[in-house]
Amino acid sequence: MIPLSGDVANSKGIIDEKIESYSIKRGTSTLKRGLAHMLKNGVVMDVTTVEQAQIAEDSGAVSVMVLDKLPSDVRKAGGVARTASIRIIQEIMDSVTIPVMAKCRIGHVYEAKVLQETNVDMIDESEVLTPADELHHIWKWDFTTPFVNGARSLGEALRRIEEGAAMIRTKGEPGTGNVAEAVTHIKNVNDELRRIKSIYDSGDEQELIRMARDLRVSYELVEETASLGRLPVVNFAAGGISTPADAAYLMTLGCDGIFVGSGIFKAEDAKERAQAIVLATTFWEDPDKVKEAQKMIDERQSMLGLDTKNLELKMQERGSTA
Amino acid sequence: MNGLNIGVLAVQGDVAENIMATKMAMEELGIEGIVSEIKYPEQISELDGMIIPGGESTVIGQLSLVNGSLKQIKEKIESGMPILGICAGMILLSKRVKDRVMGDMDQPLLDMLDIKIERNTFGRQRDSFESEISMEKIGIPKFQGVFIRAPSIVETGKNVEVISKFNEKIVAVKQGKILGTSFHPELTSDLSLHKYFINLVKENQ
Repeated sequence: MIPLSGDVANSKGIIDEKIESYSIKRGTSTLKRGLAHMLKNGVVMDVTTVEQAQIAEDSGAVSVMVLDKLPSDVRKAGGVARTASIRIIQEIMDSVTIPVMAKCRIGHVYEAKVLQETNVDMIDESEVLTPADELHHIWKWDFTTPFVNGARSLGEALRRIEEGAAMIRTKGEPGTGNVAEAVTHIKNVNDELRRIKSIYDSGDEQELIRMARDLRVSYELVEETASLGRLPVVNFAAGGISTPADAAYLMTLGCDGIFVGSGIFKAEDAKERAQAIVLATTFWEDPDKVKEAQKMIDERQSMLGLDTKNLELKMQERGSTA
Repeated sequence: MNGLNIGVLAVQGDVAENIMATKMAMEELGIEGIVSEIKYPEQISELDGMIIPGGESTVIGQLSLVNGSLKQIKEKIESGMPILGICAGMILLSKRVKDRVMGDMDQPLLDMLDIKIERNTFGRQRDSFESEISMEKIGIPKFQGVFIRAPSIVETGKNVEVISKFNEKIVAVKQGKILGTSFHPELTSDLSLHKYFINLVKENQ
């Protein structure tokens, strides 16, 4: 089981309150990571309008992520990509019952505060937007609202968890319609997890300390992760997922669920595709069901997609050294 | 086989946590049996008890409707199988649902628990909270309630027993062998509610 421990002692995001005779707490790790646990085996869909959000909810999305532009349009538009319009986020929050997420720029503490005040259910500190601080991510323990962060290696994932991320997703290469980078990232994380688990199992404490130094995270977090043999928070796949088979494949690699960015609403058959990706994510263990899901879409209507080798902008590299 | 056969509906949500909590509770009670993930309708007929976990009720409902699980679960409850619905699971068991902001909802339901639910009753994620609550009526005087975008029960039929309230809002109910909670016992280390449910299943055998 995924543990729900991990509050830092002076977490400013935890609020103690009295309601009548009840002493309550908000913003604890149990509540933040708990929300991510409720999303497991689900599909989070990127949306830019109320109409898209409703299509997503009707198709079985477990949550929607509000952006100003879909990642492939961010890539095309160039310039600086920032958090979405608050007005649109609010309109979407008022028109669906599922959780609503929104993205802020890496390190942009105040965009995140604005999103928290807007009452979004989760904040994605995302490489799809232009980073505000390449060297420092947001100290997420200061927030009551949970965060999800991207990672393409174990060290990156654990550093984000140490900063207070309640959920991790692979970075992939956003807006390309190409799943290759997400596959590489999850395999990297899995390989590194196997490595630290075997060190932990062998009882070689010295080597585990060396690993913690390499990964640039605390020994305690490395030890906890190594003993579990998996990340201590829910871990989704993201970046370039376009078809039911893409989603099912990433589930087989051990992901807890799926984010779909441009893959749905950049396709010509958005509604059918959204439903099909949900089905494939739920029944990923059953190739026949995934085939049925794949049959619901038309490959001629998939987004064209990009080769990730010669991209001018590699979003995945943003904030990865921090 | 003499052991209990308990299933956790595994369409979407925190399935593993409930499987773990149920296994641990059975072990502590010294009750033999198996706990398994239920994805397909044909797995349901053999069960002695079932848990519908937390998750998104719209997603779990739609997918279970489409693959025929919903109908099977309903028949099984009608034939007397004890069931525990947690958060989204309780929503699925209910008769009618409204959302705090969106009003009356038209979503697939089992219509087995004679209650009306208000979804997202305490607000959005920032309003999610932990608080000590009590379930005195079922012998659990103290329990850590973990409420995540939780629903509450706004109307109850005459056969429904109120098990717990938080600040005047009903957050746990029982109707015969059907149990529903707004909060997440599987996210705490307290196994008492899962134990209570296992005993309910055991007595029913």
